[in-house]
Amino acid sequence: MAMTFCKVLLYILLAPILGGLMEGIDRVVSARMQGRQGPPLMQPFYDVYKLLAKQTTVVNSIQILFVIAYLIFTVFTGALFFGGGDMLLVFFALSMSEVMMVLAAYSTNGPYSALGANRELLQMMCYEPMILLVAIGFYEAGGSFMVNDLVNVESPAVFKIPGMLIGFLFILTIKFRKSPFDMSTSHHAHQEMVKGLTSDISGSNLALYEIAEWYDEVLMMGIVAMFFITKNPISIVVAIVCCIIFYLMETLIDNIFPRVKYIVMLVSSWVVILVTAGTNLLILSVIN
Amino acid sequence: MTITIPIAVEFLIIFPFVMAVLMFCIKKASLLRNIIAGLGGFSIMAMAIWVGVQVLSKAGSTKNTYITNAETYDHIIMGGEILLMCIVIFLSIKYKKYYAILLSLIGTIPVLWMDLTGKAITGKSHLRVDYLSAVMILIVGIVGILICIYACGYMKDYHNHHVEVEDRSNYFLALLFVFIGAMFGLISSDNLGWVYFFWEITSVCSFLLIGYTRTEEAVNNSFRALWMNLLGGCGVGFGLMYCNMQLGIANLSQLTQIIPRTNMLVMIPVTLFAFAALTKSAQFPFSRWLLGAMVAPTPSSALLHSATMVKIGVYMLIRLSPMLAGTFTGIMITVIGGFTFFAASLLAITVSDGKKVLAYSTISNLGLITACAGTGTTEGVWAATMLILFHAVSKSLLFQTVGDIENCMHSRDIEDMHGLIIKLPRLAFIMIIGICGMFMAPFGMLVSKWAALKSFVDSNSVWLVLFLVFGSGSTLFYWAKWLGKICTVIHQSYELEDITPRSEMISLFPLTVMIIVMCFAFPWMSNNMIQPVLNEAFYKKIPNVIGGSDVVIMMIMVAMIFIIPIGSRILSIGKKSKMTMSYVAGVNAGDDRHYIDSFGKSRPLYMSNWYMTEYFGEDKLLAPCIVISAIIVIIMLIIVIGGSI
Amino acid sequence: MKISKSPWVLHYDGSSCNGCDIEVLATMTPLYDVERFGIINTGNPKHADILLLTGGINAQTAPVVRQLYNQMPDPKVVIACGICSCDGGIFKDCYNILGGSDKVVPVDVYVPGCAVRPEALIDGVVKALAILEEKRVKVKESMKQGYCTVDYSKIAVRMKAEDYDPTTQYDAVLTEEALREQAEVKIAQTNKPAPKPAAPAAANAQPAAPKKDEGGNA
Repeated sequence: MAMTFCKVLLYILLAPILGGLMEGIDRVVSARMQGRQGPPLMQPFYDVYKLLAKQTTVVNSIQILFVIAYLIFTVFTGALFFGGGDMLLVFFALSMSEVMMVLAAYSTNGPYSALGANRELLQMMCYEPMILLVAIGFYEAGGSFMVNDLVNVESPAVFKIPGMLIGFLFILTIKFRKSPFDMSTSHHAHQEMVKGLTSDISGSNLALYEIAEWYDEVLMMGIVAMFFITKNPISIVVAIVCCIIFYLMETLIDNIFPRVKYIVMLVSSWVVILVTAGTNLLILSVIN
Repeated sequence: MTITIPIAVEFLIIFPFVMAVLMFCIKKASLLRNIIAGLGGFSIMAMAIWVGVQVLSKAGSTKNTYITNAETYDHIIMGGEILLMCIVIFLSIKYKKYYAILLSLIGTIPVLWMDLTGKAITGKSHLRVDYLSAVMILIVGIVGILICIYACGYMKDYHNHHVEVEDRSNYFLALLFVFIGAMFGLISSDNLGWVYFFWEITSVCSFLLIGYTRTEEAVNNSFRALWMNLLGGCGVGFGLMYCNMQLGIANLSQLTQIIPRTNMLVMIPVTLFAFAALTKSAQFPFSRWLLGAMVAPTPSSALLHSATMVKIGVYMLIRLSPMLAGTFTGIMITVIGGFTFFAASLLAITVSDGKKVLAYSTISNLGLITACAGTGTTEGVWAATMLILFHAVSKSLLFQTVGDIENCMHSRDIEDMHGLIIKLPRLAFIMIIGICGMFMAPFGMLVSKWAALKSFVDSNSVWLVLFLVFGSGSTLFYWAKWLGKICTVIHQSYELEDITPRSEMISLFPLTVMIIVMCFAFPWMSNNMIQPVLNEAFYKKIPNVIGGSDVVIMMIMVAMIFIIPIGSRILSIGKKSKMTMSYVAGVNAGDDRHYIDSFGKSRPLYMSNWYMTEYFGEDKLLAPCIVISAIIVIIMLIIVIGGSI
Repeated sequence: MKISKSPWVLHYDGSSCNGCDIEVLATMTPLYDVERFGIINTGNPKHADILLLTGGINAQTAPVVRQLYNQMPDPKVVIACGICSCDGGIFKDCYNILGGSDKVVPVDVYVPGCAVRPEALIDGVVKALAILEEKRVKVKESMKQGYCTVDYSKIAVRMKAEDYDPTTQYDAVLTEEALREQAEVKIAQTNKPAPKPAAPAAANAQPAAPKKDEGGNA
């Protein structure tokens, strides 16, 4: 119990730092890929500090409520995961937090926010199946939905569910809001729909949103790490190395692909999920 | 005289019919009618709760009752069957839809012949009140009666708005009560002949309810509902005859005790009953009757979609569930259910009519229940029963709220619900709770879905898992965008007059409270209501389906739902925020609903939701879905029946 | 940590010849790479700290500029990019040109040039950062006084070309200011210590003497 509590506390304290650093690295690496110097590593922290210091403008009063709910649920989701909870519950809580953010955008009645909200919902529709399938894949591989049991297995899960990993990396591009799937918040193309989902969120509310995104990123990388972690402590090193590689790969994808239309995203993600994760699941069930 | 459970159940079956006669006699909407409906309704509800509590509180108290004067009842039932057949024949001739006559005759005549020639077997019992019946009695008694009470107020408003429709609200209310009575009858009878009779009553009642407005559309839709349900009725009829004449079984409980492996022939009636269940619970290819049922006034849609009609089918499947495990029929039923869940949730994305979205969502959720029951595992039955409970409450609340919104705003289109939280705050909050109950995390539906997923994985059905995960993605999409429309806050918008009468609020508030209470009481419900159902269905002690730690986490989540609004209220006290308009590229015209175009004129601005009709439109998706599932059903019937013979 | 480490920029073209706009965008390219300073072109007033204005502002763009300015959260600075935006430039006497950004919103930094050079622009932004830091202190103090609790939702920025009247050209800004003054009066009435510093926008109310010395590279 005390152990779990420590883990959760550690997550709550360290995840924003880690998430911010990850984003900083992403921005620096992106800049280097584009042949420029790029911002300082600590830039995401400067940004959030500035946003917290600024005046907050809101469109209505429930907007604040939804943004705070988004942060709280995201932290809760991560705490559930790092505390060793049930994978399915983690993902249900995750989708709930996403819905909160969508509602924050809807509530503003702004055209760009509404567009962003619709696109965000579509993104959720794209990655939701994969996220649930990952939980099921872990269950087939490790025999349990509990994260605590899944990290204490003999051989890494990736040997049994490589298809799930590929599918998950695919939807990670959507989850991290990277091109070609940066639909809802318009990571790069600011002109088309301003900032989509966050268009009408400003000041400290935006800072809360950014922090929640950091928590989310750390959670996602935690799930990637789950594919590699076993009883053996060395596996943690392997997992961290793999996480770094995959994260940099996402940055690379972000820089080399142009954005696609939403229907291309929907079809491609569903096809990829069906082909990789679906086949993997089928094979597993035949073997079992 | 002390009341015993059988007497109470007989009261529950007979009294609604008495109420129906009373309702039919009071022609005009009046206070008297409301009082009588209220008194009668609440006494039925009280009795239903009493029965439910009695059964649930006494462990292992399955009551199989043999009624000594069953002769009289059998005669009444036979008379009733002939009456139903006559009604169908009369109306079919009146509206020149002769195919309905054929189906009615095919279903009824052989059963009558069997009864009259004395080939029917006298079973050991007529009524059975066990845990599953008790749960269903609670649902029908509470949700169904609340809908009836709601209907009294609603029909008055309805006829104020729809002057073109002839006011036959007495007939409408009477039908609702008949329906409730038939429901009680169906879920508590054990004799297959009786089951068949009540099954036919619900079919004909739904047909009459849908055709209430007598417009061309209503008549067409009602006949569609009729032929599909009569087809299902034929299934029950043949299954009943096969049981009686070949297997020598007269009771449902006897049928479910047989282990299929010892006697493959038993799968024939099981398959026929399962087929009938598919028609009743509007699975593909039989979904179109439920979509057509929307033309009727809202209370009937609420009754058909949530607590009664469609639940008969899945009730039947849960009864048969232990027999379906691992059989070909079971696999086919799960495939149809899973497919329906997925396809209907895609279709629900494309429609903007509020009631239609609810209809598709009903079909989709029933698909999930069907799939769960079809797996025949304990988790499957657990999830199915839980889903029935939560779905009944949430869906009836949603239907009633949409009806009220329609009365206030003269539209039930989701796009018109833009900014509902400002326009009709009270109804909007009820609606939000209802929608959250359908798909959000701590509420029951999602928890049950989670159990369903576990059961599918355990039963190794990959296709079902895939259907479920893709289906839940699209489910999220259509509910969340509806929720978003409601939560939109529009500047300088004003509150509309909320004309919802108190009689309707009597129905709405308890349902809202029930959703929230059920959310908290869910571990208790699992232990005391669902677990006994499992023990009973599988004839052994079943270990607890949900683990302890999950319950704790779920309770934390529930608590958070309530902590968040309070917490953020506290957090926002010290916060000084400036109110601005939403960003419209710097050309807002004073509010966030208008912008200034390049000619300097102010124009209205409006963002519609996405419906993606060009990809999953009804015209694109519906026909292929029906064809595919029809093929599956036909394959199932041919293989099972042909194979067994 | 300074808030000036992450200035987010909003760029608006108030009827310029597009020369300056191209230069503004060039500043964002890898060659000049302003992201080194944490500068991001947000395209959204609600996220922006710095408003870059180009062009001499005509009657049609004036209300838009005003609205964008109002939607930016405090502290905020305005940079007039290019000579047209500073005082109208060669279009100064055109019938439709108001003659500079400072006719509509208070401008903090003037960066001349036709078109403005990216180097000059970067220099101007760096100047603006110092002002941003100053304003932040002011905002913090006036926030303590509670002026931000005023409900601004009633400010309607609805202007058409014919509504434009040079005498009330600051109307939108002044309305907001008037509300702030009212708030300060209210605070004074409740016997709290009188607000010493003026609210930030008050400091900008007199853009009479354009500081043309900025952007020496031009």
